[in-house]
Amino acid sequence: MSIDRRSLLKGLAAAGAGAAATAAAPVEASAKAQAPADALGMLYDATRCIGCKSCVVACKQANDMPPETATFPDGLWDAPIDLSGKTRNIIKLYKGDDEQSYMKAQCMHCIDPACARACMIGAYRKREHGIVTWDGSRCIGCRYCQVACPYEIPKFQWDTATPKMVKCEMCNHLIAVGKGPACCAVCPAKAVIFGKYDELLADARQRLADHPDRYIPKIYGEHDGGGTQVLYLAGVDFPKLGLPELSDEPAGEIAQKVQHTAYKGFIAPVVLYGVLGAVLWRNRRSAGKEDQP
Amino acid sequence: MGRRHDDISWLEETVPDGMNRRDFTKVCLMAAAAVGLPASAGLQMAEAAEAGLKPSVIWLHFQECTGCTESLLRTAHPDLASLILDLVSLDYHETLFAAAGHQIEDALQTAMTENKGKYVCVVEGAIPTKEGGIYCQIAGRTAIDILKDVAADAGAVIAIGSCASWGGIPSADPNPTGAVGAHDILEGRAVVNIPGCPANPYNFLGTVLQFVTFGTLPALDDKNRPLFAYGRTIHEQCPRRAHFDAGRFVQQFGDDNARQGYCLFKMGCKGPETHANCSVLSYGEIPDAWPIGVGHPCFGCTEQKLAFRVALHDTATVDHLTPPDTYPPIKAEHRTVSPATAGVAGLVGGALVGAGLMAAKKIGEGGTGGGS
Repeated sequence: MSIDRRSLLKGLAAAGAGAAATAAAPVEASAKAQAPADALGMLYDATRCIGCKSCVVACKQANDMPPETATFPDGLWDAPIDLSGKTRNIIKLYKGDDEQSYMKAQCMHCIDPACARACMIGAYRKREHGIVTWDGSRCIGCRYCQVACPYEIPKFQWDTATPKMVKCEMCNHLIAVGKGPACCAVCPAKAVIFGKYDELLADARQRLADHPDRYIPKIYGEHDGGGTQVLYLAGVDFPKLGLPELSDEPAGEIAQKVQHTAYKGFIAPVVLYGVLGAVLWRNRRSAGKEDQP
Repeated sequence: MGRRHDDISWLEETVPDGMNRRDFTKVCLMAAAAVGLPASAGLQMAEAAEAGLKPSVIWLHFQECTGCTESLLRTAHPDLASLILDLVSLDYHETLFAAAGHQIEDALQTAMTENKGKYVCVVEGAIPTKEGGIYCQIAGRTAIDILKDVAADAGAVIAIGSCASWGGIPSADPNPTGAVGAHDILEGRAVVNIPGCPANPYNFLGTVLQFVTFGTLPALDDKNRPLFAYGRTIHEQCPRRAHFDAGRFVQQFGDDNARQGYCLFKMGCKGPETHANCSVLSYGEIPDAWPIGVGHPCFGCTEQKLAFRVALHDTATVDHLTPPDTYPPIKAEHRTVSPATAGVAGLVGGALVGAGLMAAKKIGEGGTGGGS
């Protein structure tokens, strides 16, 4: 752990001060965030995906993740059934009555990430290029991020003594050396591509305009949940692919509003202690009556 | 001399030894492609060979079956036997030489002296080391001495076959002659290993031709095998791989699955651990002329730790696990708590609560009793 007690306490104090400041000026918190100017992102086009799972294999190699053998007989395959503490990226299959589609599940790298809002200690941060990363030296293992994420992305390593939170970090260790995410580099169908967020968005709009018959007329992630830097195009409705219907507000927005309102002007503690005090006072009075027969 | 583009008659001109230029160029292009060099390199090879810049090759035979030489001679198309004689100057080869006795030993000495520091030393077969190496002697000298002598002035040393690479069959337990590979005798000397039992002739030829044309050796792996041929496992480029990914296995030789050409993993196929290019570069250009091609598990002949050391039908370990050919659904069904588990947990919980209540009551009674 690269964090000592002093800096941790300092961080907590700063977080407290920040919370107080937010409470004083709640209008700022609800201003919709924009993707940073240097934002990088990914565009997954489900209609181009051929389901080869090269991205799953490449992701595991690039991030040194162990295989998941438990779900299949003989232990001969790496067969994850969902994202997990060992799997950051997975290809799923939606099979409807007369339609089907592949789906690449991974971190969406939200413009205003709910995990970072929920994390009380700042382990999740939006770093350069808007990539959302997790910092193991800060994490206390509360897993609020898991609850907060509307896409159910961060996963906890339940089977180790020193667990980590696992999610796609857009291969930022490869971006740092001038490469791109392993999944995008390996994709033979260019179903998932990596690039500047603005260019990907323009590309996606162009595809919708060029082939309206091929797609659901929507870029998932353009506005959903406040916008995500990983964008999706598909030929079937997005909820069928496990992408929830969200409002255009950041996913953590409502929870944060409720909390901040409750604590505004110290209302919640005052009310709580007021009620407790009233109960105490009432009990004492009734006890006093019993002592005077 | 200006030559029209559509005039291809030059391809029909014959080069020495009867092979026409078209075939000869084709052979060089194929050899270049085998080592992963561009087509221009193939033409350069052809030019170098025609210009008479043929390097001297000295071929040593030790403890072996001569299978590597035999497979080299039996390549079907193109005629590799004549090629190896045209492209290189084979100055010493016990199997192919008409000469014998003092004559052939003189040829060896002449070739070594005339091409000092430039010739290619090819080793076929293992070298026995027990009892001072007496189990393999030629012209009164032990294999150890001959190898050290010839390799000392060689431009490159290439070990063909698994015996020369690390001992092969002669080194199988209990290894009565103390057989080892060329690399173990020539400590500190770079030896290119072309293992296989026998080695694929093209892997050998490509390595030799690269050295001949460019004076360089191909990139090698940690066991000194050329990466162009031994960089990937059999499993990675197996024609039956789709059956593995789908979980379709031969369970017994001759069963219906075997007739369907299913995966041989459960019959002891060593493909997942064996680095070689058998599936993509046919032996003697005959399709399917390799173990899996004829319905038998891979034996692991290019791996030091497998062939002649692990039983033929023992199951291999899959080093690098990959997904099967099924897909998880969008919403995965995670493990749930079974009714029995829930029942037991409920009983335990209930018992604890009950015990707690009783204890609290006892304490309460005790307290009252003590006070009165």
